[in-house]
Amino acid sequence: MNDIEVDIVVPNQTRYLSLIGRIGEAIARELDHYRGDREALAYQLNLVLTEAMANAIKHAHHENAGKTVRVRIHIDRDALQIEVYDQGQGFDLESLPPPQPDVPVEHGRGLFLIRTLMDEVEYRRGKPENVLIMRKRLQ
Amino acid sequence: MQIQTETRDGNLVLSVQEPRLDAHNSDELKDYIAKLLEGNESRLVVDLSAVRFIDSSGLGALLSGYKNANLHRASLVLAGLQPRVQAMFELTRLNRVFEIYRDVDEALAGH
Repeated sequence: MNDIEVDIVVPNQTRYLSLIGRIGEAIARELDHYRGDREALAYQLNLVLTEAMANAIKHAHHENAGKTVRVRIHIDRDALQIEVYDQGQGFDLESLPPPQPDVPVEHGRGLFLIRTLMDEVEYRRGKPENVLIMRKRLQ
Repeated sequence: MQIQTETRDGNLVLSVQEPRLDAHNSDELKDYIAKLLEGNESRLVVDLSAVRFIDSSGLGALLSGYKNANLHRASLVLAGLQPRVQAMFELTRLNRVFEIYRDVDEALAGH
């Protein structure tokens, strides 16, 4: 399989979550060599893209509709990498507490889900932008 | 957001007619449920059979409705979860919090 690269910039609005999520689903369905459940992978990519983008839109960019979110997806034979860029203050991925199932709260599950479903997750703070990098092995 | 409501056997059945419950529309659902609970509803059955995708904010909106129902001495139960939506409740262990029924009929019988 040749590499696939998708690089897309959308306005900082939650209405575009569905578009980006569906691109993730469509890509998962194209991965003929993926040995796992492709429909499960389609849901997972939809989800991690939705969660990462929603974080950028709401927390990094405070729903400022004048900003944009850049999403880059790169797939080669062995792995898939998703990058979601933001121009916010940034945060420390390691300082986020895991959710407590016995004390269910309404917020704070997004990054937990991303870390659960992806093999590697990294957040790089930088100027002028930060990037959340998520990798998943396909073999 | 498209939501249909009907009263059945003293329960208010709320059918979410959206394929996606995400950060774009979850606040609307949360506010909608909060408003319903201002009335005298004693049991809300949320039918999710049309929902094929839910994210953390969708789960959060339902959890908010659940807690809000308890504050109003009412209850909120879920019905008709598609397998991948059900899997999200399991992944986050929220299946231990909510009463989840196979479909609306079962939810009404499980009263």
